[in-house]
Amino acid sequence: MARVLKLLVLAAVIGAGIGLWVTAPTKVDAARFASLDGDATRGEAVFTASGCASCHHVKGSEDKLALAGGQEFVSDFGTFYAPNISPHPQEGIGDWNLEAFANAVLNGVSPAGQHYYPAFPYTSYTRMTDADVSDLWAYMKTLPEDATPSKPHDVGFPFNIRRSVGGWKFLFMDDAWVMDVPADLERGRYLVEAQAHCAECHTPRNPVGALDTGAWMTGAPNPSGKGTIPPLTPDKLDWSADDIAYYLETGFTPEYDSVGGHMAEVVDNFSNLTAEDRNAVAAYVKALPAP
Amino acid sequence: MKKTFATLAALAMLSGTAVYAQDFDNQLKARKGQFNILAINLGILGGMARGAVEYDAEAAQAAADSIVGVSMVNQGPLWPEGSDADSIEGTRAKANIWENLPDVIDKWNAVGVAAKELQAAAGTGQEAIGPNLGKLGGTCKACHDTYRVPE
Repeated sequence: MARVLKLLVLAAVIGAGIGLWVTAPTKVDAARFASLDGDATRGEAVFTASGCASCHHVKGSEDKLALAGGQEFVSDFGTFYAPNISPHPQEGIGDWNLEAFANAVLNGVSPAGQHYYPAFPYTSYTRMTDADVSDLWAYMKTLPEDATPSKPHDVGFPFNIRRSVGGWKFLFMDDAWVMDVPADLERGRYLVEAQAHCAECHTPRNPVGALDTGAWMTGAPNPSGKGTIPPLTPDKLDWSADDIAYYLETGFTPEYDSVGGHMAEVVDNFSNLTAEDRNAVAAYVKALPAP
Repeated sequence: MKKTFATLAALAMLSGTAVYAQDFDNQLKARKGQFNILAINLGILGGMARGAVEYDAEAAQAAADSIVGVSMVNQGPLWPEGSDADSIEGTRAKANIWENLPDVIDKWNAVGVAAKELQAAAGTGQEAIGPNLGKLGGTCKACHDTYRVPE
């Protein structure tokens, strides 16, 4: 009997140990970033392609560069509020360093070592290059400070246990590319899968909120209310590459209807990128397989 | 008996909603019609801007004039309260339109301003269309961003 008990205790200790190890926040190796010298001008393009302002600007404000946060994102797990990521030293991220920023963007880990909720699309950003992260950080430091405090998320049990996000990441976070592509589509894939995080809305999720990569870009319910986010796969989207690039530039569909909803923010961003980048995204979309 | 009564009540409610939606039938048709006129004329100009269709100063001018025409249609009567996507079928108009009318009106007025700029430029040459069309598209987007339900 005592022996069985001992075994059980041992199993529990091992189980807990594995649990702790699995759920522990992963940190970047600081040496990777030590020699990187961020370029704010290049960082602006990273910022635009990654759509940071779309979620972190104040809703209704025309100033898309005051990143005070506050926009709400209602989900099945609770309501998330975009935090202040302006360079304000107390309320924003002004007292961070590049390493802390890289941990947030690439691993979804806060400076205090807490997991962020994946409403922040670090599961896409994790594919970003170190150089882009460094340039992005250099640019974000140039933005205006805002003293608005971040609003706490409104998330119920068990999702309010941040440590559980570690298990979620262990199961679902993967920095590998989703689609295999030839060399000439790599830029488009980088923009779509790493920066613009298109799949976050255009791909359906499993019951615990992870993207179903087997149904990549096949459309999904609108995460923020009524309607659906349309599929981009060739069985459903018959636009030419040129049509897609023009839509990303102007917001006009081939029928000259105009972009709406959160996609209008995306088009705002893409209209400020280069024609090459818009064409690269269009080429990637045209290469998507039919489900 | 109880069940029959419940069914009847449910039916009455359903038909009530249906009548309600039908009340706005003309307004919805007018709303969509004017946006379709915009789309057709934007398409003429867009085709020229993208080089898919050869530039024709007269056709470009007529298209831009039509867009200005639509921008002058008084919108108030087309948007009765309760004709939003939460209340009736067949529209993607978000209910928050009626909570933010001054902002919605500002945004519609911006369409008019951009349309007039396009009108002034459309007949002057192919290269003038693209940038002005882009500006006008920006005013469509500015409203759809906040006030339109995704498909």
